[in-house]
Amino acid sequence: MRSDGTRLDFQIILQWVQPGSAVLDLGCGDGDLLELLVREKGVKAQGIEINEQAIYRCVAKGLSVFHDDLDRGLSEYGDKTFDYVILNQTLQQVRKLDEALQEALRVGREVIVGFPNFAHWSARVQLFFRGHTPITPALPYEWHDTPNLHFLSLLDFTHYCQKRHIQIRRAAFLGEKRMIRFRPNLLAQAGIFLISHDQRPKGE
Amino acid sequence: MALLGLASKATEKNRSLLTKTHTSTLPPSPSYNPKRLGKVQTQFFTFAHPPEEMALESGERLGPIRVAYETYGTLNEERSNAILVLHALSGDAHAAGFHEGETKPGWWDDMIGPGKAFDTDRYFVICSNVLGGCKGTTGPSSINPKTGKPYGLDFPVIGIPDMVRVQKYLVDHLGIERLLCVAGGSMGGMQALEWLVSHSDRMESAIVISTAAKHSPQQIAFHEVGRQAIMADPHWNGGNYYGCALPSKGLAVARMVGHITYMSDVSMAQKFRRHPNGERLHKFSAGCEVEDYLHARGNHFVKRFDANSYLYITRAIDSYDLSRGRDLAEAFRGLQKKVLALAFKSDWLYPPSQTREIVKACKQAGVDTTYCEIESTYGHDAFLLEIEEQTHLIRHFLKRVSDERGSAGEREVRHYEI
Repeated sequence: MRSDGTRLDFQIILQWVQPGSAVLDLGCGDGDLLELLVREKGVKAQGIEINEQAIYRCVAKGLSVFHDDLDRGLSEYGDKTFDYVILNQTLQQVRKLDEALQEALRVGREVIVGFPNFAHWSARVQLFFRGHTPITPALPYEWHDTPNLHFLSLLDFTHYCQKRHIQIRRAAFLGEKRMIRFRPNLLAQAGIFLISHDQRPKGE
Repeated sequence: MALLGLASKATEKNRSLLTKTHTSTLPPSPSYNPKRLGKVQTQFFTFAHPPEEMALESGERLGPIRVAYETYGTLNEERSNAILVLHALSGDAHAAGFHEGETKPGWWDDMIGPGKAFDTDRYFVICSNVLGGCKGTTGPSSINPKTGKPYGLDFPVIGIPDMVRVQKYLVDHLGIERLLCVAGGSMGGMQALEWLVSHSDRMESAIVISTAAKHSPQQIAFHEVGRQAIMADPHWNGGNYYGCALPSKGLAVARMVGHITYMSDVSMAQKFRRHPNGERLHKFSAGCEVEDYLHARGNHFVKRFDANSYLYITRAIDSYDLSRGRDLAEAFRGLQKKVLALAFKSDWLYPPSQTREIVKACKQAGVDTTYCEIESTYGHDAFLLEIEEQTHLIRHFLKRVSDERGSAGEREVRHYEI
């Protein structure tokens, strides 16, 4: 892993994305990830973002971005328009998660999903012993003031993918400063998955 | 480190979900130090001399055609830093700077000049009056060479594509092979779209603001009220009023309707009150400042605009259909251009939904597009008033277009005499 201050989740995504590919970042925020992908991988980048001020910051970075709602922004694209559709820290905030993910899988050849793990041990401890809705570095919100609509664990997501016949092609689990390889559903704060609808052989 | 990053991104999203404030937190632009252009002059170019008249969309031919235009900044050696700016319904070639002896600058002076959105230290900006207009370009008030009298209604019906073709002749005349950008709001946005589908080989990018690919029945309806007001004025006289009393009442009413559609409910409520001591303009007046405002705008307009031009130009706008009956995405298919599309939340004359239709087609056609819906309470007028946001977006967009083109921008420019 690089030690240049690049966010750990960005480093994973940077490793996975093929040079020169077409990338759509759903909920691209200030465009930091897209800017990195353009600079390091020469991708053709497009963002979708609902926050007007974030749009200004994306444009200042030279990115192309649509000011739009995630629940609406995808349907207008044709099948497999992008090599990758990225939902990094956005999935848990999408109103119609199932629909959005199916749409992302339709529009992208592959989809990269990153989200906080609700089953991290510190969340379990807070809920079990203290009886509070957990607050962790990856889930920093009070229950009454959170943008998150879905609270899922890494295990929930893998089960969901099985149920929907979605292939998990790669996965990475993140701790605060390093990768987690042992018991990720207990020890990882967040997970990133590369998924697709394709029926290609596993373990590629 | 990593997860703190995640948290801050999520907080940003959280904020956007809950409230939308108008407090601008635009990133600082170190080089933003706008100055005004000094004195500018309108120039003229005449072409399509008979028998080589220009063929119009209608099949009729028109010539000679004189074009009034202004330029700001300097064309670089490669002739690659030219931007064509397109005006709205009542605009003209005087987009920026001051005419000799005048105190009011051009109509988009806030956006064009040294250090401004269309930075004349970097770019060569061109603006011309549209065909059918009354500010120096050939229109119904121009002299018909066949009769020696003003054209009046003998002036042929024109369309947005005809206006754009005239602009293309001007660009040819200026010796510019490829424009860096074609930009405009409202009717100017329609023209920028028309450039994009008809003359894409002559440009790198387009900026379309508060516009539509085609007028809706509601938009046509407001124009039709204006046209009927003009034609109902006895002085209109079938368009034959030059040298006599002008159809000022009718044109003023048309302009009043227009101004209503340019504002929003909120901007009107902020701007106008009832007169405190109940003064009224006439027996049936409500004594509200909005009435005085509309009268003032209407009366001011008749001094500077020709009623027949109003009829011809509104007809051109209302008849325009970018798609020509095709799927809009088909019209954009294969365009290797960059597009910046802007709309304003409170604009109900050209609502953001119409710009989103354009953006949707760009998306489907794979055109590299950026879209921003800017928070504003000014209604359609916002495109002339919300300077800070547009400046930020346009400056960065143009910088990217010129960087990727690999010329313009930073290179040294030399003065180019036309």
